[in-house]
Amino acid sequence: MDIHEYQAKEILASFGVPVPRGGLAYSPEQAGYRARELGGNAWVVKAQVHSGGRGAAGGVKLCRDEHEVASFASSLFGRQLVTKQTDANGKGVYRLWIEAASDIAQEIYLGFVLDRKSERIMIVASAQGGMEIEDLAETDPESLRRMTIDPAVGLTEFQARELAFQLGLKGGQIAQMVSILRACYRAYRDLDAVMVEINPLVITGSGDLVALDAKMSFDTNALFRRPQVAELRDRSQEDPRESTAGDHGLSYVGLTGDIGCIINGAGLAMATMDMIKLAGGEPANFLDIGGGASPERVVKAFQTVLADRNVGVVLVNIFAGINRCDWVAEGVVTAYRQLGLTIPVVVRLAGTNVEEGRRIIDQSGLPLISADTLAEAAAAAVASRPRQAA
Amino acid sequence: MAILITEKTKVIVQGMTGRIGAFHTADMIKHGTNVVGGVTPGRGGDSHMDRPLFNTVREAVEATGAEASLVFVPPPFAADAIMEAADAGIRTAVCVTDGIPSQDMMRVKRFLRRYPEMRKMRLIGPNCAGVISPGKGFMGIMPPHIYMPGRVGIVGRSGTLGYEAASQLKSLGIGVSTSVGIGGDPINGSSFKDILHLFENDPETDAVMMIGEIGGPQEAEAAAYAQEYMKKPVVAYIAGLSAPKGRKMGHAGAIISAFGESAQEKVDILTAAGITVAPNPSAMGETMARVLSVQKAA
Repeated sequence: MDIHEYQAKEILASFGVPVPRGGLAYSPEQAGYRARELGGNAWVVKAQVHSGGRGAAGGVKLCRDEHEVASFASSLFGRQLVTKQTDANGKGVYRLWIEAASDIAQEIYLGFVLDRKSERIMIVASAQGGMEIEDLAETDPESLRRMTIDPAVGLTEFQARELAFQLGLKGGQIAQMVSILRACYRAYRDLDAVMVEINPLVITGSGDLVALDAKMSFDTNALFRRPQVAELRDRSQEDPRESTAGDHGLSYVGLTGDIGCIINGAGLAMATMDMIKLAGGEPANFLDIGGGASPERVVKAFQTVLADRNVGVVLVNIFAGINRCDWVAEGVVTAYRQLGLTIPVVVRLAGTNVEEGRRIIDQSGLPLISADTLAEAAAAAVASRPRQAA
Repeated sequence: MAILITEKTKVIVQGMTGRIGAFHTADMIKHGTNVVGGVTPGRGGDSHMDRPLFNTVREAVEATGAEASLVFVPPPFAADAIMEAADAGIRTAVCVTDGIPSQDMMRVKRFLRRYPEMRKMRLIGPNCAGVISPGKGFMGIMPPHIYMPGRVGIVGRSGTLGYEAASQLKSLGIGVSTSVGIGGDPINGSSFKDILHLFENDPETDAVMMIGEIGGPQEAEAAAYAQEYMKKPVVAYIAGLSAPKGRKMGHAGAIISAFGESAQEKVDILTAAGITVAPNPSAMGETMARVLSVQKAA
C-alpha cells in the first residue's frame, strides 16, 4: 500500500529524519495561505499523487510569490497527473504540499527495499541522487552502494558509518547520516514497510542533510497490526475497479484487450493470458478469484470483469484444489442469469469436484461453451470474439 | 522413495481442528497419508478424526515421533507456528497459509539458521499448495486424483499451474514422483534450487518439470545450479510472458523489479543453461514427453 509524500515525511520526521517545513493544502487559497504561514520568499508546490516522476510531469514547481503559489495550485487541483509511472489516465490531484524552498548543494539517493536474494532489508544509496535511480543503475552501477541488514541485530552503527563514508560525507554529516539511516530502518521495521525512499536527500548550502522527497510503501499482509498505517490509505489514488475487486477478495488488474478472464491462482492466470495472446487474442484483465471461492464471489468476478465495456467474451478457467468446481459452476450459471449475459462465455473446469461442476454447466440449458484443456479454452475464447477478423 | 514425503512419513497438522485444516486433513488421511496427530493449543488430550491432539509441537513430537508438519495456521500466528515446529525437531514443515507479513518470514528464515545442519528444519512455502508423492501421501491442498504415480518431479511457485502440469503429464501417461509447490511469496522456505537438489539425488526421479513466473531471482539461481550440478534433464515453463512490465499480478512475489526477472529474460537465462523451455503453458506435458523420449533413446 502506497502513501503520499507528505505522510511519508511526517512518519520519517517522527523517527528523527530532518525534513523541510511545509503544510498541506486542499484548495488554491489554502496553498497561498500556507506559503504566507511558512514565510520566506520561495516555496515548492508539490502535487500529492501516488507516483514518482511528478517533477517531469509538471506536478512540482518552485514559486517566488504567494500569487504564483495560488495560481500554480489552481492549475493542479482536480487535474489528472500523467507521469512515467502512471497509466495513460494518470492520478487525480486533490492535495498539495507547500514547502519552504531548500538551498541545495548536493543530492543523495537513499532507498530501503526488501531484497529477495538475501531475504533481508537492503539499503541502496548513491552520492548522485536526484535523477532516476533506474537510469543510474544502468549507466553507472558502480556508483550504487548496497548493504543488507541482519534482522536479528538490526542496522549497526558501524554499517551506517561505513555507508556514510562511502558516500563521501564529511565531519558532522557522518553523525547526521548515521542517525537518518537508523531512523529510516526503524520506521521500515516498526511499521512493516516494504519500501522507504528518500530521493533526494540533500546537503544544503550550510552542509546539513535534509530529506527533500520521501516515499513509503507498506506490506498489505501486515496492515492488520498497523491500524495507524491502514488509515492513510487514499482510494482516490487507486484504480476503482481494482480496489472494489479487492474488497470482494478478488485480485484484479485491468488491461486493454477484449477477452475477460476469471481464473484461480496468479500463476495459472498469467499462463492463461499467455495462451490467449498465443492464440491471437488480447486479455482484458488479470483476475484471480483466490481460494475457496463461493458462488457469490464468482458472480462478483463476473460483475468486475463486465464493468469493462471492451469485454466481448468471458473465459473462466478453474483448476480447483482448495476451490470447488461445483461452487464455481453455480456461480457461473447464477451470474449468466442474474446479469442477463448475451456475450459468449467459455468455461474450463478441472480438479476438485469437476464432475459435479460440469454437470451443473451442462444441465443449465445455457449457451455456455465448455472446454476440456487450457489450449482449447483459449482457442474457443479467441474464436468467439464478436469483432474477430474485422 | 520420492522426496519429502512417503507413505511412512509421520505427519502432524498444526491447526488441524480449524475448518480448512480439518477438511484437508480428512482428504490426506483418505489418500493414505500417515497423519499421527494434530496441534491446537488448548485442545491437548482431546482427539480429532481418531488422531490425538496436543497443546505444543514438542509434545506431539515426543508422543508420536512426527517428522513432518503441515501448518494451517492463520497469517498473524503462522510465523510463530513455523518456528515452534523447527524448535521441536520437525524435519520438514509445509506451510499453506497465504498472507504472512514479509518481515515475519524474514525472521523465520533467520531463526531456522540457528540450528546445526543435522537438525535444521526444511520449510516448504508459505502460500503454497504443498507436497505430494502420488500413491504414497501428501501434505497440502492439492486434488490428489489428478496425479499419476511415476518418475517425473514437479516444482513450481504456483499451485494451480502445478496442477495443470500434472494433468497434462497424466493425459500423456507420464507419472509424478513428487510434486512440490514452493509458494508465491517473496520470501519462501525452499527455493527452486533446493528442490532441484533433492530431485537430483532421488533414485526414483528421472527428470524435473520446473514452473516459474515473473519476479524474483530464484529461477536464474536454479538455472546456474542445473547447468553445473545436474545430470537429470530439466524442463521449464515461465508464466507471465504477456504481463505488462512493472505491474503487480496478484502474487506479492510476481513483480518485475530488476534485470533478469521478466519472463522473457528468465526464458533466455534458462535456455542458455541448457534447460528445455516449454513455449506455452499447454505444451508443458508434451515438452517433457519429448525430453523423456530423447533420454530413453540415448
